[in-house]
Amino acid sequence: MTDNTQTPQDAHDKTVQTPSIDHAAIDESITLRQEVSGIGAILRTQPFWVFVAIFAIGVVMTFVSDAFLTERNMFNITRNMAFFGIMALGMSAVICTAGIDLSVGSLMGLCAINLALVLQAGWGVEVGFLACMFTAAVVGFINGVLIAYVRLAPFVVTLGMLAMSRSIAMVISNNKMVYEFGPDQDLFEQIGGGSLLGVPNVVWVLTAMTLFFLWVWRYSQWGRWVIAIGGNAHAAKLSGIPVERVIVSVYMVCSMCTGVAAFMFIGYTGSATNGMGATYELNVIAASVIGGANLMGGVVYALGAPIGAALVELIRNSLLLAGIPALWQQFFVGLFLILAVLLEQLRNRGGK
Amino acid sequence: MSLMELRQVTKSFGAIHALNGVDLKLEPGEAVGLMGDNGAGKSTLMKIIAGNFPPTTGEIRIENKRVHFTKPIDARENGIEIVYQDLALCDNLTAGANVFLGRELKRGIWPFRKLDHQAMNTRAGELFGELKSETRPRDLVKQMSGGQRQAVAIARTRLSEPKLVLMDEPTAAISVRQVAEVLNLIKRLKDQGHAVILVSHRMPDVFEVCDRVAVLRRGTKVADKKINDTSPEEVTGLIIGAIQAA
Repeated sequence: MTDNTQTPQDAHDKTVQTPSIDHAAIDESITLRQEVSGIGAILRTQPFWVFVAIFAIGVVMTFVSDAFLTERNMFNITRNMAFFGIMALGMSAVICTAGIDLSVGSLMGLCAINLALVLQAGWGVEVGFLACMFTAAVVGFINGVLIAYVRLAPFVVTLGMLAMSRSIAMVISNNKMVYEFGPDQDLFEQIGGGSLLGVPNVVWVLTAMTLFFLWVWRYSQWGRWVIAIGGNAHAAKLSGIPVERVIVSVYMVCSMCTGVAAFMFIGYTGSATNGMGATYELNVIAASVIGGANLMGGVVYALGAPIGAALVELIRNSLLLAGIPALWQQFFVGLFLILAVLLEQLRNRGGK
Repeated sequence: MSLMELRQVTKSFGAIHALNGVDLKLEPGEAVGLMGDNGAGKSTLMKIIAGNFPPTTGEIRIENKRVHFTKPIDARENGIEIVYQDLALCDNLTAGANVFLGRELKRGIWPFRKLDHQAMNTRAGELFGELKSETRPRDLVKQMSGGQRQAVAIARTRLSEPKLVLMDEPTAAISVRQVAEVLNLIKRLKDQGHAVILVSHRMPDVFEVCDRVAVLRRGTKVADKKINDTSPEEVTGLIIGAIQAA
């Protein structure tokens, strides 16, 4: 009869103890959490799961269409995604600082026109490339200064720049198409449209830039600072990181990635119009977000950009080969975008 | 020679006088509790020492040399490190990365100069060890308890072997168990010869770790006594104004 031996004092103690939460145990379980390394770490990343999705779609498509796994089709898919992938590498950096750059599509048009006009005027490819990159750097610099120093919202600044760059491109080009690229025309079109070892040149460029950004995010101080700013800009500032300068540089990097994409894209298409790149910003942002960039900032994957771009392009290609009307394309891009964000939300809830 | 000395420090924001001629002296290895009610001028004084803004009049002397701080980096360069109330940590980075935030170790030659993760994690591990904290350098700060986060913020201040560590309400938002942990961290800092200014609302904390207590009321220092010569009751009286000065 143990119940009878219990004194009222004991009973009182019990009622006090029961509702209390074992904080020590909670502390302990928090302490035991740690950064997962190796395969576990890869399994936790968004790009990995998107890669799985790409693989799954690929497997399904080989049964749906004989044309899917042909060398020709793979060549096209990788080339088409590469332009978006290059732009998404820069966009991921901007999104990592909790910013956004809506002006990349218009900037592509502006870069295209400046590049084409410089080539048309008889300058060589090198000068054309420098003009293209200079245009991009200036636009990125203006975006960055207005956002970092004047403290305007990135959304508004780059929305304004979206309208302004497109308009400037129209003014400079006098609203005409350019398809004469001067003495280096063949070389220029070879760079953008040619291939090496059966792989489009632009894919080589994307590969090199992805490897470069892998290094940057893992090993460079600049990369570490960008991630820190995205995590807690105030803390970064107090730690002595030149937050404003870094943010300006991030917008310049984003714009210059667009500059590279524009240079390759004009060479590939063989003509430059001021309408080039219209609405590309949406696909680029979609590719970055699908690849794991978090709009709240602080998260960046170099591999996310090409993988996200690959998924967007794969959806387009698959619908085409499956005989589904092209009108559905944007629907599926949007659907996957929302699914990607949802996936990230679910993973975050599970992780906490 | 005193480590740091404030002479007749005044700070006005327009017509509001946040501080009226405050003197404060600190010896090396000494821990001073800075107490006062909300609006008494504690945070203003903290921010002047931390370099967030300069005083309106008066001077700051470090080891008898007059210094001028206009931004937090100036204070850091003069051997003053600050542990902010919100700790100013980046949740998305590891403990080791946070300790070295803004002063990362690098190796190799340009343009292949890269972050030396190994060296940073090793050094951060040593610092956590000295603080007797079980924090691991490779863990993400996001997943840490309040006490561990404090350890990261405190380890960061030790990186440069500072003369003075300024702590703003380090025990305000954590559990009782973690308070003990943080007070131990402060004692370790003292053991290692760092002077500490502890801004706190919590009387027991100040009486446990500090050698001296300074009380501010309405922007004026009303008391500056050795812990052994005073009592919590007296300090409470000074803070609320029941005792005019001591």
